[in-house]
Amino acid sequence: MVLELRGITKRFPGVLANDDVSLSVELGEILALLGENGAGKTTLMNILYGLYTPDAGEVLVDGQHLQLSSPSDSIAAGIGMVHQHFMLVPVFTVTENVILGMEPTIAGGFLDMKAGSKMVKDISESYKLEVDPDALIENLPVGIQQRVEIIKVLSREARYLVFDEPTAVLTPQEVEEFFQIVRGLQEAGKGIIFISHKLKEVLEIADRIVIMRDGKSVADVDPEKITEEEIAELMVGRPVELVVRKKQAEPGEPVLVINDLIALDDRDHTAVDGVSFEVCSGEIVGIAGVQGNGQTELIEVITGIRLSLAGTMSIHGQDITGASPRNIHGMNVAHVPENRQESGLIIDFTVTENMVLNSYYTQPYSRGIQMDWDIASQAATRLVKEYDVRTPSVDTQVSSLSGGNQQKVIVAREFDRDVGLVIAAQPTRGIDVGSIEYIHARIVEQRDKGAAVLIVSSELDEVMALSDRILVMYRGKIVGEFDPKKDSTTKIGLAMLGGTK
Amino acid sequence: MTDTSTTQVRVRATPEIRRARIAGIILLVMAAFVFWFFGLKVMGDLNATFKLTLPTDKIQDIKMILNTRTLAFVVAGVLAFLSGVQLRKSTEKRTNMAVGVGFFFFIFAFLAWAAAGKSFSLVGMLRSTVILSIPVTLGALSGIMCERVAVINIGIEGQLLASAFTATILGSAFGLWAGVVGALVVGSLLGLFLAWLAIKYQVDQIIAGVTINIFALGITSFMAARVLRKAQHLNSSPQFPAIKIPFLADIPLLGSMFFNHNFFIYLTFLLVIVLHIAFFHTRWGLRSRSVGEHPRAADTVGINVFATRYRNVILGGLMAGVGGAFLSLTQVSRFEENMTAGIGYIGLAAMIFGRWKPFGALAAGLVFGFARALQQKLGILATPIPSEFLLMTPYLVTIIVVAGVVGKATPPAADGQPYLKE
Repeated sequence: MVLELRGITKRFPGVLANDDVSLSVELGEILALLGENGAGKTTLMNILYGLYTPDAGEVLVDGQHLQLSSPSDSIAAGIGMVHQHFMLVPVFTVTENVILGMEPTIAGGFLDMKAGSKMVKDISESYKLEVDPDALIENLPVGIQQRVEIIKVLSREARYLVFDEPTAVLTPQEVEEFFQIVRGLQEAGKGIIFISHKLKEVLEIADRIVIMRDGKSVADVDPEKITEEEIAELMVGRPVELVVRKKQAEPGEPVLVINDLIALDDRDHTAVDGVSFEVCSGEIVGIAGVQGNGQTELIEVITGIRLSLAGTMSIHGQDITGASPRNIHGMNVAHVPENRQESGLIIDFTVTENMVLNSYYTQPYSRGIQMDWDIASQAATRLVKEYDVRTPSVDTQVSSLSGGNQQKVIVAREFDRDVGLVIAAQPTRGIDVGSIEYIHARIVEQRDKGAAVLIVSSELDEVMALSDRILVMYRGKIVGEFDPKKDSTTKIGLAMLGGTK
Repeated sequence: MTDTSTTQVRVRATPEIRRARIAGIILLVMAAFVFWFFGLKVMGDLNATFKLTLPTDKIQDIKMILNTRTLAFVVAGVLAFLSGVQLRKSTEKRTNMAVGVGFFFFIFAFLAWAAAGKSFSLVGMLRSTVILSIPVTLGALSGIMCERVAVINIGIEGQLLASAFTATILGSAFGLWAGVVGALVVGSLLGLFLAWLAIKYQVDQIIAGVTINIFALGITSFMAARVLRKAQHLNSSPQFPAIKIPFLADIPLLGSMFFNHNFFIYLTFLLVIVLHIAFFHTRWGLRSRSVGEHPRAADTVGINVFATRYRNVILGGLMAGVGGAFLSLTQVSRFEENMTAGIGYIGLAAMIFGRWKPFGALAAGLVFGFARALQQKLGILATPIPSEFLLMTPYLVTIIVVAGVVGKATPPAADGQPYLKE
């Protein structure tokens, strides 16, 4: 009983996404597929799932060749995928999502919701995946949504389950629960492919690890016999620094002071609910929390993008409540937004244009109504060199750069001046280990130069590594302050779930 | 204002409270207006007579006689009360309700004012409301059919017009049912055209729809001027007769409103029910809605997103085709240039007002039908309101409803986005 990929090659215009990749997984085995973003893991899995057809190579189950030209073919072959971005309709119930595409019907077309919810209940009981069949997906936390995805896959009688970055959206506790579920599936005799770029998790759960780099599979190893450092080196292709090196913080005067801040989200629900804290010069304060607990709104309010409902904010003692983003930016605030493609960059603009987005209206880039593109392009050229942005030229559209390089463009633009306050949301989300290392070093460098730094990240490891002080946000409130040197991940993780302080 | 701590906390109003306040102020202004203009300015002894039966009805002569001024005072009181509730504190649901009830009473006082000292056929107006709501409802159903699978159909107007034109010619030449079939075919073909542009070529759906409208308006106007003017026999189609439903048609008021109509009106009501069941209780509906909300999710469970969209957009065109046939085979027997006059667009507004649900579309259709009926009947009553203003009524109501009353309406999540395979 084995699922095999043999000699898979897939070319996209200009990129060789998969280059002669082979791997196999047996029933009852957990195989981890490890690699950086862009290493070709997702492409490989999309081939397995019938979304892409490979240019060469084949997929086999028990030695039998499979013709996979659509997801239905893969489902029929017993392959199920739990996607990184859940394939769930938010306004449907759990049952509706599970039965979609294979609905039990009566009288030739009417939905048999009773049979549907019975099926959900049966699966959820036999695999211990607790969930309310009638709940709307949009009202469920991500951990539960993931369970629904798993139920969906199991309901299609999958024997091989592919998990694409399953832990990216989970809290440490949810990750623990998730691992238990995975082990349960393994005991039930399912073959599991676990895609990840998180070394620790992979070492914990996998029976075998396949490492990919630049579209090739570079190693097939036993997790018992390898260290984190060795794996990282295999992933990146050179030795990597896994811990953030920084000196003891020397906090000075408070720079950012927030008092009793209240703000709404886009659906007019209270997202920030009476938050107060301060960030001093020379320290990094990290806000940890499961996504969707008000961090996004908090950052938007501080940077002037969203209006607050109540409370006060000040920078260097100057009130910024209700100030415009440009005013706030003018107070030497560097902002690395949460979503680089949506609010950090104008994705169809060139590197140069993006580099001057925050200064194009000032001397020397513009005189009166006229822009001086020569000076802008000189500045961009200097920044590209200084911040190690890998781009063919400064006239390249940022949309064609990798995530890490896009992020470096933002960091270069925001950090290239006298910065008093750094606000960075998810500064390293979805970028490669090399760029993460680089951006972390730059953030620490700003702190050492005396800037106050506020970072928000849903990766607890990142918050732990960077911060001098950690605040945990839960349901719009700050529920606790922690010291990354003294407090354990478990303790902070519990607070992220609203546990005891 | 709340003071939760010792420091001064500034509380800005939430959008919900702001909306409630605005609604409260508008209701207060309406109360004052009703009190002064429909009450004090009207002679105290003028009565409005509302006729509740038609001359052809079995049961005759049911009337409602109201003193205009008294009614105005009562309505002003109700409006002031609603305003008070709004200005104190309200929830979103209550705001919508208060605005709806407020408008109902305002219209009532307005009618009593317009009919002061005269006799007014209320039943006639309500019957017209139902009839005039039909094309709007069908337009809205067409919109729902398409937008539930995430294709925006701005071309409803053109689909209505082109199918009305076809129905007239084929109806005149070969009889009623030929007209109907022609209209359905043309509506579906224009639906197919929209689907083809939007799905195969990912043309901006708004532009594709507008293209259909301009094309339909241009070609039908040209043909009407060139062909129909000379060949008058092609421009006088027969009409569907009214079918009286036994017993039900004899109920006063309701019988005339709902149970003594031509085939299309019953068909529309039936379509509303069928579509509701189809969308929310069948496999087809679940799959359609999933394609409109999250096409990739639908794709990954083996649903053919493109085929679903093609099928539904063509069905949407078919709905518009029914609307077109209704326009030229029941209401008037001639085709006139631009005879739809924006009904397709109002249908889209009704779709939004009805929150992309069939019964919502019907309710919204009735609101817009009422606006058009009001316009027609007020013309007969000879009120001091200039006729140009009366002609504006349906469009004015559209603007008020879409901009003010709807509140936050959430379309299907993928609405208007072309689906690209990875």
